[in-house]
Amino acid sequence: MIEKIFTLWPEITLFVFTCVVMILGLSRSLSVRRLCAPLSAAALAIAGVLALTTTPDAKGALPHLPLFVKVLTCAVGLVLLLQLAGTADRGYETRVARGEAFDPLRSTRAEFYAFFLFSLTGLMLCGNASDLIWLFLALELTSLPTYVMVAISADRNSAKEAAVKYFFLGALGAATFLYGFALIYGGTGTTDLQGIHAALSQQMATGGINSIAMAGLVLSVIGIAFKIAAVPMHFYTPDVYQGSSSGVASMLAFVPKTAGFVALILVLATVGWVSTSPATHGQLPEPLHSLLWIMAALTMTVGNVLAVMQNSIKRMLGYSSVAHSGYMLVALLAGPGPEGASLTRNGLSAVLFYLIVYAVANLGCFAVLGCLEKTSSDGKSEEIDHIDDIRGLISTRPLLAWVMAVCSLSLLGLPPLLGFMGKLPIFSTGLAAGEIVLVVILGLNSAIAAYYYIRIAKNAILEQSPVRPAGEEIRDAAVPARQFAGIIAGLGTVVLAIIPISSLAIDGGTFRHSRSGVTNSPAQTLPAPVGSAEPATADAPTGPVADATVPPTIAR
Amino acid sequence: MLLALIFSPLLALLGVVFAPRKSQVKHIALAGMLLPLAIVSYLLLNYSSWSGTTASSGRATELAVSLNWFPDIGLKLVLDLNSGVSVALVALTALLGPLCVIGSHTAITTRVRTYYGWLLVLQSAMLGVFCARDVILFYIFFEFTLVPMFVLISLYGSTNRKAAAIKFFLYTFTGSVIALAGLVYVAFVNAKGTGEWTFALDTLTQASQRLPAGTQAWIFAALLLGFAVKVPLFPLHTWLPLAHTEAPTAGSVILAGVLLKLGTYGILVVAIPFAPLAAIAFAPWLAVLSICGILIAGLICWTQTDIKKLVAYSSVAHLGFCMLGMFAMNVAGVQGSVLYMINHGLSTGALFFCIGMMYERYHTRSLKEVGGLAAKMPIWACFMVFFAMASVGLPGLNGFISEFLCVMGAFQAGDLWAAQGLPGGTAGNLGPYFAAVAGTGMIIAAIYTLYMVGAICFGPLKEPAGHADHGHGSAHGGGHGSHAGDDHGSLPTDLSAREIGVLLPLAALCLFLGLRPAPLMNLVDPAVKDTVAIVEKARTQAKATAAAADDNTSALTAR
Repeated sequence: MIEKIFTLWPEITLFVFTCVVMILGLSRSLSVRRLCAPLSAAALAIAGVLALTTTPDAKGALPHLPLFVKVLTCAVGLVLLLQLAGTADRGYETRVARGEAFDPLRSTRAEFYAFFLFSLTGLMLCGNASDLIWLFLALELTSLPTYVMVAISADRNSAKEAAVKYFFLGALGAATFLYGFALIYGGTGTTDLQGIHAALSQQMATGGINSIAMAGLVLSVIGIAFKIAAVPMHFYTPDVYQGSSSGVASMLAFVPKTAGFVALILVLATVGWVSTSPATHGQLPEPLHSLLWIMAALTMTVGNVLAVMQNSIKRMLGYSSVAHSGYMLVALLAGPGPEGASLTRNGLSAVLFYLIVYAVANLGCFAVLGCLEKTSSDGKSEEIDHIDDIRGLISTRPLLAWVMAVCSLSLLGLPPLLGFMGKLPIFSTGLAAGEIVLVVILGLNSAIAAYYYIRIAKNAILEQSPVRPAGEEIRDAAVPARQFAGIIAGLGTVVLAIIPISSLAIDGGTFRHSRSGVTNSPAQTLPAPVGSAEPATADAPTGPVADATVPPTIAR
Repeated sequence: MLLALIFSPLLALLGVVFAPRKSQVKHIALAGMLLPLAIVSYLLLNYSSWSGTTASSGRATELAVSLNWFPDIGLKLVLDLNSGVSVALVALTALLGPLCVIGSHTAITTRVRTYYGWLLVLQSAMLGVFCARDVILFYIFFEFTLVPMFVLISLYGSTNRKAAAIKFFLYTFTGSVIALAGLVYVAFVNAKGTGEWTFALDTLTQASQRLPAGTQAWIFAALLLGFAVKVPLFPLHTWLPLAHTEAPTAGSVILAGVLLKLGTYGILVVAIPFAPLAAIAFAPWLAVLSICGILIAGLICWTQTDIKKLVAYSSVAHLGFCMLGMFAMNVAGVQGSVLYMINHGLSTGALFFCIGMMYERYHTRSLKEVGGLAAKMPIWACFMVFFAMASVGLPGLNGFISEFLCVMGAFQAGDLWAAQGLPGGTAGNLGPYFAAVAGTGMIIAAIYTLYMVGAICFGPLKEPAGHADHGHGSAHGGGHGSHAGDDHGSLPTDLSAREIGVLLPLAALCLFLGLRPAPLMNLVDPAVKDTVAIVEKARTQAKATAAAADDNTSALTAR
């Protein structure tokens, strides 16, 4: 156990900084309170560096997954931080500046940043999970702070409504997968992921997975579907995204989603994508395969069709978040492919890569929304949300308009933007796994999606500003950091398509096939790290794991 | 060289964006368009194929560019011009580009930078499609042409432009996403065989040809769906009349001249070589669809009163001939089809220019409102009649030879010939009946074209109500130039020197290619023969398997 601690330096650092941030935010002095954001950034930067230098725990089925999750978390976390800047306490701070006495009880700044960092810590811990209990705690550490962040992100009732909705449905999701985890424990007698894998392999070799464990797996998948906003657990998405401020919404689209996919990968890896020969793609055992197939098809279709009908950009992006989960489920279904498969054959790498692709473009869209405020005739000012609010943006704020257009087209997957580079591996892994019907559904869905992404892009860069009612105007939100975040994301969708950055994702998805108990020769089954210069490769596993000798029978 | 060819318009894009004065924009754009034209001219002058030798004799291979782009997904920047078909289409694109810029000087007066900027991007993407030798690169360029065209239609089109632009985008995007699935599937099959993930066109072509007929059928269907929308093949053509009618003049010219050819080019270079067995099996059905397109679009043309819509529908009919020739899949047919791509680009492009020039003066395209313009604009009427004749296929002009070859290809491609012991026939599933029915399409084409030309050029002079009050005769004479709403005040009654300059090169090429198509035919000949050879090989292979199957069954029955 103690050696596991040594793999957690990034998380520990982040946690320590979080505590400091929490205290600093309560200070009476404004200049000290203002340190919260820079300190959070410093924490993320340090954690990122530590993540790159710490030896990760390389015992699981996916030896490089923790490294990927940590680095991604820190990198995207920094941009998210730029976007979240100035979300909490804005109204309160102006009142304090006017002379009201500072009351730590009414300030939410400290909580906001601290919860943000807590959530990211949870995400990083997810990647490290080697045990179901650990995984559950990590997932909850990721989610619980976000409920609060939704509530305090905006000073309006819809934010509170969103938070309550999110919390109750989240609790339902958590209960579902916790129940699933319990059943898995019941069916296998252990909570250790490797142990579960050994037990399940044994069961598969001798007449099939027992029904309790299978029920547990199914429930886990359905419960985790809440985190990734997949059908049938997607209902909260549009309301919550619309209710919370744009920074928090874009965080919701990245942090829980990534945690959910990482958890799905870890849970499904205990069953393994069983293949009959090393050269072919494997498949999940039957109930899981059908479940994910139907989930993927429905998630894509429901998300896209409902997004078409929206006029609120946040709702649109909410449904698009649902749809993108569907795309990723296709690659997840395809599984890791044969030994040493690269991005185009390894579905897990494709999922991880797509998480980057999606995060970048989605961040850009939300950042633009966060940059602008609509002041209505009664003097209230709110973040823009309606599709008409960005109409004619090109004539007043060309840079933001282009960011919006490029990011939404990248979400559409239009070549040569980053989105296309992400979608191509999903296509290829899906086809390689023989899921041709699913890939065709994916293609048609991309076409449906074209309708609303084009609408966003067109409104931003092609239309003329409409004549707005008297007293209503669109103004810049006084938070320059958000513009900066938007520009980073916009550049990212273009530049990252030219500079390949997928090698981390490929490593992250590298699946240790020896664990699936398929090949008989343990010597061949050692993971072949793809172009990795990480220290992890030095102490890669030195021998076959206990279950590598399980006969290659497949119980299906 | 090829990188310069493709990216020089983008270089000019920088100039367009940062030009200090708006008036300089069009000149910079023109320079950006002329650069590729200069490069293409240089290449053509040095192209060994002119002298009749094959394309693979060295000259063209020096051009090849191969750079890694995104190695993790096997994407490479591979450009080459080793096929005569590509060279011809690149030349067509490079020629139409500068003409579009010159032709837009007076038509586009607002948001000039955006207009010329996107025009340059479009040019770049179109040149890229024809040079790409990596299927994903091809797909990227193919797909990227949508964005500039979308912008051109939805910003600079006429009243119904937004709906037209969306329809155009969604139709093409849907088709091409399915085509992408087909391409990726072939890449996967190849990777499974060789262990190397690549999208190189040549490698994939060879890998795909080895697949069984059933798999090929699916691949062909997927690819065809993507390309047929673009062609457009009946019944997927409904986006085209709308897009054409609403697009600005230069947009229509490029749409008809080049973008439609992306579809036929894709079928010729990707779909048929990838799945020759399926192409043979589907050919009669596709030929039937092409003929339906020819006849139905022709009949629709006959009833049109909107002159631009008429020409748009005539494009559907013309591309029907092009597809018919291609699916005859013999040398005459495919050669005719390739020639048709070039010739249709020249003559229909020119017709759209003519209509645009008329529209700039009268602000209407309705045959009910204008007519008999020969009296007022004799030079314009000359060009109009000339290009209409070229488009209808008057012998001596370029349309004739290609239409003739297409129909002849279909005529020859039937087993009837061999069965009757007649010379000149080729293997195939079409035949004289196909050619005969398609031939009636030529008659319909003659009817609607002559009817259109007759109405707009000859007969009593008709001008829109209100136009005569401050007609062009006086508008350019005095201070009426700044008359409110009279934004065409600087245009003379008949064509200006600039406008003649746009039309004259096209007219000269139409005449030249009509009188002496040999250079163009020699240029595309090797590529055409390669494609036909692929199909022939597949045909013998299919016959051999069929014969073997027959032997088996007869052996079984004998037993």
